[in-house]
Amino acid sequence: MTRIALQSLRKEYAGQVAIPDLNLAIGDGEFFTLLGPSGCGKTTLLRMIAGFNSIEAGTISFDGTVINDRPPAQRNIGMVFQNYALFPQMSAAKNVGFGLQTRKISKAESERRVEQALASVRMAHLKDRLPGQMSGGQQQRVALARALVIEPALLLMDEPLSNLDAKLRVEMRDTIRQAQREAGITTVYVTHDQEEAMAVSDRIAVMNLGVVQQVGTPPQIYRRPANRFVAEFIGKTNLLERDLLRHDGKAVIELGSGYTLDVSGLLGPAASGRVQVSVRPEAVKAAASGLAAEVLDETFLGSHSQVRARLQSGEIVEFLEFSRRSALWKGGETVFLEIDPEQLTFFDAQSGVSIMQEPQD
Amino acid sequence: MKLAGKPFDGWSSVALVLTGGYLFMVVWPLVAVLLSSVTNAQGFSLDGFATFFSSRLYYGTLVNSLMVTICVTVLAFVIAFPLAYFMTMFRIPGNRTIQVLILASMMSPPFIGAYSWILLLGNNGIITRWLKDTAGLEAPSIYGFAGIVLVLTLQLVPLIFTYLMGAWRTLDVSLLEAAESMGVTGWRRALKVIAPLLLPTVLGGSLLVFVRAFADFGTPMLIGQGFRTIPVLIYSSFVGEVSIDRSFAAAVAVIVIAVTLGVFLLQKFIVDRRTFSMTALRPIEATRLSGWGGWLIYAYVYGFLTLALAPLLVVVVSSFRNTLYGQFVAGFSLKNYVTAQRDIWRYITNTFSIGITALILLVIVAVLVSYLTVRRKGALTGTLDTMTMVPYVVPGLIIGIALITAFSQPPLVLTGTFAVMVLALAIRRLPYAVRSTTALMYQFSPSIEEAAISLGASKSRTLVQVIIPALAPGILSGAVLSWVTIITELSTTLFLYNTSTQTLSLGIYAQVIRGQLGTAAALSTILLVLTMLSLVLLMRMPGGKEIRV
Repeated sequence: MTRIALQSLRKEYAGQVAIPDLNLAIGDGEFFTLLGPSGCGKTTLLRMIAGFNSIEAGTISFDGTVINDRPPAQRNIGMVFQNYALFPQMSAAKNVGFGLQTRKISKAESERRVEQALASVRMAHLKDRLPGQMSGGQQQRVALARALVIEPALLLMDEPLSNLDAKLRVEMRDTIRQAQREAGITTVYVTHDQEEAMAVSDRIAVMNLGVVQQVGTPPQIYRRPANRFVAEFIGKTNLLERDLLRHDGKAVIELGSGYTLDVSGLLGPAASGRVQVSVRPEAVKAAASGLAAEVLDETFLGSHSQVRARLQSGEIVEFLEFSRRSALWKGGETVFLEIDPEQLTFFDAQSGVSIMQEPQD
Repeated sequence: MKLAGKPFDGWSSVALVLTGGYLFMVVWPLVAVLLSSVTNAQGFSLDGFATFFSSRLYYGTLVNSLMVTICVTVLAFVIAFPLAYFMTMFRIPGNRTIQVLILASMMSPPFIGAYSWILLLGNNGIITRWLKDTAGLEAPSIYGFAGIVLVLTLQLVPLIFTYLMGAWRTLDVSLLEAAESMGVTGWRRALKVIAPLLLPTVLGGSLLVFVRAFADFGTPMLIGQGFRTIPVLIYSSFVGEVSIDRSFAAAVAVIVIAVTLGVFLLQKFIVDRRTFSMTALRPIEATRLSGWGGWLIYAYVYGFLTLALAPLLVVVVSSFRNTLYGQFVAGFSLKNYVTAQRDIWRYITNTFSIGITALILLVIVAVLVSYLTVRRKGALTGTLDTMTMVPYVVPGLIIGIALITAFSQPPLVLTGTFAVMVLALAIRRLPYAVRSTTALMYQFSPSIEEAAISLGASKSRTLVQVIIPALAPGILSGAVLSWVTIITELSTTLFLYNTSTQTLSLGIYAQVIRGQLGTAAALSTILLVLTMLSLVLLMRMPGGKEIRV
């Protein structure tokens, strides 16, 4: 059980600043995900926590103890890598037992724990296989067992699922989540896949250009993104730029001619001026009347369709259509759209920062 | 301190020790040769160089060497290219065996080839005698320019052939198909698509052929007679057959290094801008041959194989012939082995003790250097990497001279010792061993190492328990290859041995020079058997299929 605190952390590569100044606190037993596009500094940060990257300024502490100068071997971490990083010459059981061996744990005890760890990832039957004889998913299971068996203070995972195919990824992320819950180990997980992040995490830190954009639970991040970057990076969204109007003390926004929404409940009394509205595709619904738009195309995806339509203003809006119609819409047809104001998010048009009223949810 | 790319730790110390060792054992001796080339008893002097360029007797050897080398390089390529092309494009019966045999002929000691041709075409050779006895004809002489070119070409075709085979294997069929789909076929395709892709390999292989042919000492020494090449000149001026003039020998050595270095840099300059990284998802598939063309191709492949293996066969058969005063006479027996058995045992013991010690030293240094250059990129490790490549352009004979020059007077006298033999052989082979281990190290993901460290293993434990065992198959097969070159090495140790450190290859050389052809044949056979056994072992090892020389 470990609390982690990152304070005023700074990382430079050959004079280039990768992470300027970063603060994060991760709680005991928490499944914490660093999410962001490639090059955002998430892996760099993970490797700083592991001890493989140097720290230019600031501190990392485990349970209040600064561990900046502690070498990785003494940080008591379990690490799972993107390419599995199993020792190719050792069997699954030997791989899992490696960390116990360095900890001078008795042979009998070690065997028992290896067995248990392999069983917990459903790999007990393949304990004598070499990594070369296992599939990617099996290798990653062994790697997970190897990281967990040493009962580390902290489990670090660097894009552990990105080498697996889509179906296996879903299966494997459940295994990871389950194993982490059972062991109750504080976990820092790195991914660029927002769906994966939402599926496994207690909390997510969205990062861009070495800066944490928002920290929150998956619903908080999805429903109330702190800024435009988060809104666009997490899920899909339509951004419409409008003037926020004030009528009789109400905040009103006109999305198209004759289609206005009262959004007073969402915004603080001071909010006004030019804003960007984030409209999630699922907040839009075709209806008998509403915002007029011209259908561009419809992509059938099985459970639902994805429809693109052009507003009279020329802006293109994407929305989901769940109704079971027999025929798809054709390009050029007119539709009327109804938008659920509760699912909108507003950003200052200039700064891109959320102007939503606190607290939310 | 960030000497090796990361904060100072155990690995930085290893880098420092290795660099120190290299400076002292390799760089300093070569600098000593350079110094000796520009000094005489009075001080600074360019007399050595002046002497060399003043007499045709001396500079003529450079001309001779260049003539031989250029002929051999061109011929080797001209013969090897069709060979590799046929072996890749067409189904040749016994393909795998042919490749192994060609490799074996390459790995056999070069001077055994020369010696065997003496047995065939020498003054008293089998063919010479047969032609004279049956037809009264004068056989073409094996001595001189043509003989040297013949022997070296046969010896070095396999080298460039191996390179070309490797390159063909990386060529994806889809590249050829893409060219074809755009209407580029036949010769135009060969010239526009295949040739540029193979060029780096061809140049790399040719460089190796050039360097080996230029530096080869055994062949011209045995069959050159009046035709002297520059390594022979270095040898004779250094051991004092003409006159003991170390400054002159050093000057010639410097000239040789300059030529090799020049060719090396030229090759690097051309290749560096034309290197591609390719992996064939779908390598070229061999097609079946038919008709007259097919028979011609078979004749070419098997013909070359016969020519390359015949000398080895001749040596083996000759070793069982009776001899009288060193010359062959009628009848077969084991006499050659029995009469020289005490010498034979001494040679074998020395070959193993010196060879294995050198091999261990070599593998350890190669693993450490390649780890440092791959994982710890920094100023110091960069220097170390460059330094390990130095012996690549320095012929073996000159490494020997350098070690004598540097370590024949106090504080450190090594000449004539076991240690200097080990050192010389390890240094000679190091560039090749480092290159092959570095290639292995690059394929080894750094995260495997990090995984070990994250699990609490120390750096040395990670090296010993994780990295080395994981790379072991590759390291071992590289070591077997190094072993073969170590036991067949002649020129490097020629100045350094005495009777207590004489190895098999040195023994063969001494016996041939003394005219003890029977003993030489017996020793050669033993060395060949040893080489073949090592190669068979190599082929059976997991990492031994892809041979890089």
